[in-house]
Amino acid sequence: MGKTLIQKIIEKSSGRNNVEVGEIVFVKPSVVLSHDNSADISKTFEKMGPKRVFDPSKIFIALDHEVPPPDSKKALNHSIIRDFVKKYGITNFFDCGEGICHQVLPEKGLVEPSTVVFGSDSHTTSHGAFGAAGIPVGRTETASLWALGETWLKVPESFKIIIKGTPQKNIFPKDVILHIIGKIGADGATYISVEFTGEYVDKMSMGGRMTFCNLSAEMGAKDAIIPVDDTTRAFLKDRLKKEYEPLYADKDAKYAKTLEFDVTNLKPQIAKPHKVDNVSDVSEVAGKKVDVFFLGTCTNGRVEDLEVAANILKGKKIKADSRLLVYPASKEVLLTCLDKGIIKTLVEAGGEINTPACGPCLGAYGGVLAPNERALSTANRNFKGRMGCSENTEVYLASPATVAVSALYGEITEYKGE
Amino acid sequence: MEKIKGKIHIVKDNDVNTDLIYAGKYTYEILTPEEMGKHTLEDFEKDYFKKMNENDFIVSGTNFGCGSSREQAVTCFKGLKSGGIIAKSFSRLYFRNAVNKALLVIESPEFVDYIFAKNNGENLDVEVDPNKGEIICEGKTFKFAPLTGQALEIFSAGGLGEYTKRKLAAM
Repeated sequence: MGKTLIQKIIEKSSGRNNVEVGEIVFVKPSVVLSHDNSADISKTFEKMGPKRVFDPSKIFIALDHEVPPPDSKKALNHSIIRDFVKKYGITNFFDCGEGICHQVLPEKGLVEPSTVVFGSDSHTTSHGAFGAAGIPVGRTETASLWALGETWLKVPESFKIIIKGTPQKNIFPKDVILHIIGKIGADGATYISVEFTGEYVDKMSMGGRMTFCNLSAEMGAKDAIIPVDDTTRAFLKDRLKKEYEPLYADKDAKYAKTLEFDVTNLKPQIAKPHKVDNVSDVSEVAGKKVDVFFLGTCTNGRVEDLEVAANILKGKKIKADSRLLVYPASKEVLLTCLDKGIIKTLVEAGGEINTPACGPCLGAYGGVLAPNERALSTANRNFKGRMGCSENTEVYLASPATVAVSALYGEITEYKGE
Repeated sequence: MEKIKGKIHIVKDNDVNTDLIYAGKYTYEILTPEEMGKHTLEDFEKDYFKKMNENDFIVSGTNFGCGSSREQAVTCFKGLKSGGIIAKSFSRLYFRNAVNKALLVIESPEFVDYIFAKNNGENLDVEVDPNKGEIICEGKTFKFAPLTGQALEIFSAGGLGEYTKRKLAAM
C-alpha cells in the first residue's frame, strides 16, 4: 500500500522508516511559530524549568496581532517578548511592522518543504502551500516544544481534493476555497490532512495556494498541503538558504476520501454570518449595505490581492459613509505595493492604509466594528463578535475583488470581471 | 481520576467557536485562569459564568471549540473549576488543548441527544467516571471512550506543563 504525503513527512520528521495511519509518534519540527502570544508562552515555558530553548534558530516569533499596540497592556506584552528573545538568543524575531507571521515565515525563507511546522496559531495550516505540514498547536504545547523540540502526533488520515477546470475571469482562489468549505462543512475535515491537486491547483499562484491552505483550518483540517512544483521552487529560490528534498504521495496511497470539484461554472462566493461554511453565491446577498470593507490578513493581504482591488478602484471613490481598511500582510508586500502604485490608488479611492499586521480580523484593536455595523472582509472568520463587537454585527467573507467592487457601491455587489 | 458530580449547562448549538467561548479582545492580556473564567461564553450570553459552579459541565453539539488555537477557551473553564465539556464532537485543536490543560472533554453524542431532546435539561445532575468512561444522569448510563496512551499520560500528569516539567527534570 502506498503512502500519503503526510505519512512521508511524519516519517521523515520522526526519524522512522514507516509510520501507519492512527499511530502516535514523536515529531521534531523544522520551526516553531508564534506571535504576540509568545509573552504568555514564555511564562509557561519558564515555569517548566528549562535551562535553555531546544534550538534558538528554530523558534520564530513575529509581532502581528496587536500592532502597533493599542494600550500599555499590549505594549507590555511586546516588551516581555523582546526581553525573552534577548535572554534566549532567539534569532528569528520580527518586531512590529514586519508583518503577519504566516506571511513573514515563508518570505524570510523559513518554511522548508516536507518538514513539520508547528505554530501557536490556528492558521499555521498556511505553510502547506510550500509542501510542508503546518500543524497548529496551543500555547502550552508551544512552550513544551520550545523546551523539548518535539511533541506527539497521531498520523492522520488524508483527503485528496482534486480541482478541475478553468474558472471565469471573475473567480479567485478565495471563491474556490469558500465553495469547497461550504460543501465539506466546518468539521468535515476534522483530524484530516488535506492534499490539494488538479489542473486548477497546478496553475494557481503561490498567494492563491496560501489562501487555500490557510482557509483549510475552517473545515477542521489538521493540515493542508500542496505538493512542491515549479511555482513553489520559484518562490523558494533566493529565499530558502538550504537544499531541500520534496516528498510526494505515492500513486497508490490510500485516502479516506477523494473529492472532485469543477470550477468552470463557479460564481463569486461569500461566507455569510456567523459561520465560515455558510457559503452562497455573492448574488444571493447582493444589495446588503456594508459599513466597513477590510482588505488584508494572512488569508488575502498579499500583493496580488491588493493589486486586484486597486485595479477595480483605480480612478474611483468608495461610497460615501463607508470605510475601506487596508492592512498589507507584510513589509515586503507594502514595499512592493508602493513600487507598483497600488497604495496610491487605494488611498486615492478612499482607503486607510495601516501597519502590516492582523488588523481587525480578530477584533483586538484598530478597525473594530460598532454595534449594528456590517463588515465585508477578505479574512478567514466571520464568527459572532469576531471583529470586536457582538451587538448586532455581521461579518461577510469574500475575495479581494468582491470587497473592492462592493466598496464602490457601499453594498455587497457581485464582481463581474469588468 | 476521581468521579465528578455536578450540574449541566446547555449550549444548544453546533460549531460553538473559540470566539464565542473566549473573545479575541482579551487574548493578549495576561490574566489568571480565574480572571479568564469571568469571560467564559461572554459573547454567547452575558455573565454566563455566573451559572457555573465548581464541577459543573457544559453540554453542546458537534465541533465544539472550532476556530482559533486560543488556549484561554479551555483555561477559562479551568478557572471556573468546571467538571468539563460533554459534546457530540470537538475540533482537533480544542481537544488537544483540553488534554494539555487537563480539562475533561467527553465525546458522547448519545448523551447530548438525550439532553437536547428534553425541554428542561438545564441544571440536571450528572456523575461522570472518567476512568470507566461513564456518564450517569437520571439513572441512565451513557458510555464514552476514556483517554488512552499519550493523551492519558499528559492529562494524568495534570497537563502538559507539569508533564514537560517532569520530563525536563528527569533529563
